[in-house]
Amino acid sequence: MNEALWAFGRASGAVSLGLFTLSVVLGILVRSGRPLLVLPRFSLVLVHRNIALLAVVFLGLHVGSLLLDPLAQLRAADVVVPFMGSFKPFWQGLGTLALDLAAAIAVTSLLRRRLGPRVFRTVHWATYALWPVAMAHAIGNGTDGTSTWFLGLALAASGAVAAAVLWRLSAGFIETARHRQESRV
Amino acid sequence: MNGSSLHIDWTRCDGRGLCTELLPHLLVRDDWGYPLAADPSLEDKSNVPLAPDDGPAAAEAAALCPRLALAIVQRRD
Amino acid sequence: MKTSAVAAGPATGSGPVGNDRLFAAGEYAGYHNHLDAYGPLAAHLSGPGLIGELEVSGLTGRGGAAFPVWQKMAAVASSRTAGAVVVGNGAEGEPLSFKDNMLLQHAPHLVLDGLLAAAGAVRASRLYLYSQEPGLAPVRRALTERTDAGKVRLVPAPDTFVAGEASAVLNAIRTGTAVPVDRTQRLSETGLHGRPTLVHNVETLAHIGLIARFGAAWFRTAGTARDPGTRLISVSGDVPAATVLEVPGDVPVENVLRAAQADPDTLSAVLAGGYHGQWAAPSGARLSAAGPERQTIRPGAGVLFALGRQHCGLAATADVVNYLASQSARQCGPCRFGLPALADAWDQLAAGHGGPRLLRELQRLGLLTAGRGACHHPDGTVRMAASALEFFAEDVRLHLAGGCNRQEGTP
Repeated sequence: MNEALWAFGRASGAVSLGLFTLSVVLGILVRSGRPLLVLPRFSLVLVHRNIALLAVVFLGLHVGSLLLDPLAQLRAADVVVPFMGSFKPFWQGLGTLALDLAAAIAVTSLLRRRLGPRVFRTVHWATYALWPVAMAHAIGNGTDGTSTWFLGLALAASGAVAAAVLWRLSAGFIETARHRQESRV
Repeated sequence: MNGSSLHIDWTRCDGRGLCTELLPHLLVRDDWGYPLAADPSLEDKSNVPLAPDDGPAAAEAAALCPRLALAIVQRRD
Repeated sequence: MKTSAVAAGPATGSGPVGNDRLFAAGEYAGYHNHLDAYGPLAAHLSGPGLIGELEVSGLTGRGGAAFPVWQKMAAVASSRTAGAVVVGNGAEGEPLSFKDNMLLQHAPHLVLDGLLAAAGAVRASRLYLYSQEPGLAPVRRALTERTDAGKVRLVPAPDTFVAGEASAVLNAIRTGTAVPVDRTQRLSETGLHGRPTLVHNVETLAHIGLIARFGAAWFRTAGTARDPGTRLISVSGDVPAATVLEVPGDVPVENVLRAAQADPDTLSAVLAGGYHGQWAAPSGARLSAAGPERQTIRPGAGVLFALGRQHCGLAATADVVNYLASQSARQCGPCRFGLPALADAWDQLAAGHGGPRLLRELQRLGLLTAGRGACHHPDGTVRMAASALEFFAEDVRLHLAGGCNRQEGTP
């Protein structure tokens, strides 16, 4: 049973990280205001939200299964308070930090109509912190974190996110930018 | 006259265009990407009248707008 | 710069005779001169009884919209939410308008009387007076001269065009930033801090201050049935000197110009109502809040700008559109991008460039901009520009063909 929990814990963690990677890239695409191939903009927003929620679900499964697994030595407090764990406290703490960020982002996203667009947007910027923290946690704390195949996947994911972020910072990123040249003050 | 309208909060709107995809018969995009009421005779283009059939699509537009710039309001007078 | 004031005299119990009403207490009138000239407020015309009297008076707003004053007040008074708010709006962002400042300088007590009377009528618990700093100073002094206006809070306004817009006024009071905000409900239902809110131009309040003394019948002894009472007009442009005149309702435009020592025959047009108003002939029509389109011009914010025959109306309009574009709060896309585009097109028209397609482009840009914004800044701009295309149609034809028969440049 413990073996199964351990395996599930690792797998769900990896899946969650993969989904978060996809969500970050999709989120950047959504921000550009462009459609993607056959997907109109509103579909992209829905896909982005659904994948993000799925990532959070798998994050919950990841943490839940590790709480139940005695080998993981995960206490309830470690789930929300980072860097106090008994096994690799720093790398595990990064995971806790990522969970805290994900919880804040998820809650503000679900409650955005009540909280208003400014609160939603400000907290949402934290996704740029969430992703690298989660990736570092996976590499530092994961059982296969430093194995070749995982590092290969991590490199691919990092490449995708880096490319998306570079695109985000480029001049023609926003689809409507070229229509909105402001020549006067 | 009763019924509802789609209210555009222009101070939030950034012309992302999702609403124009979901309500193409009511909204098109102007030169700068902002939603423009398709009916040129409509004077108040910030409150676009909705037919009963438009309800679900309008609700989706309001829910998905990345800027929370849309709301369904009751038409008054 | 001031109209000749009737010297202050003992209160007669009946209101000022003739059209010199608002400045009857003299220049920079202190509280004693004010009471000497007008006497006390009438007890039976304070409280909710004032609203019925205002309805009979036919007083309409003097800030631009010309909405029946009694209706706004009744809406606030009948609200089920408690703790109403009254705001006196003296923030004259309009460069062509200076009558509100004149009123605050010389008759602050009359404005305060109106504010207090309106507050009593709607049972308001919060009172504000909002104006640029030069207008606040005389009010601040006036407040020290009386004991009944302790609740009035003064709020400074920036020197911008949109600072006087109703939602911008409330935003400034609430947050200090005088830009319009999105509204889905009437101010009379939910305004400042969710309370029923009444916003009145300071001149409107001054008239209320007089009606609260002398009644509706007196108010209607000036003006006509369709446009009763008097109003202040800021006259500027091709006139010997810019001046504020108190004129009766339904006054012929040429009478106002002659009172400002200008000869209507030397003028090609007037811009009535301000930068959001309309271009019209310098004679033949009357300034009236109501009446048929051909014979009456809406006074708007009480502005009359005179354009001499030697100046090009299209160049003047282009200057105004450029100014209005620069005054956008830049919150709303259609205004932020549409007005500069409109200004560019008007620059082309004024310069005599662009052919027949330019006219269609001007109309298209007008349709794109009007009605799409949190406030009516784009609408007013488009309306003024459209009136220019109509009134200066001959010049438009000449300009589209590449010529102009007047001197170009700003008046």
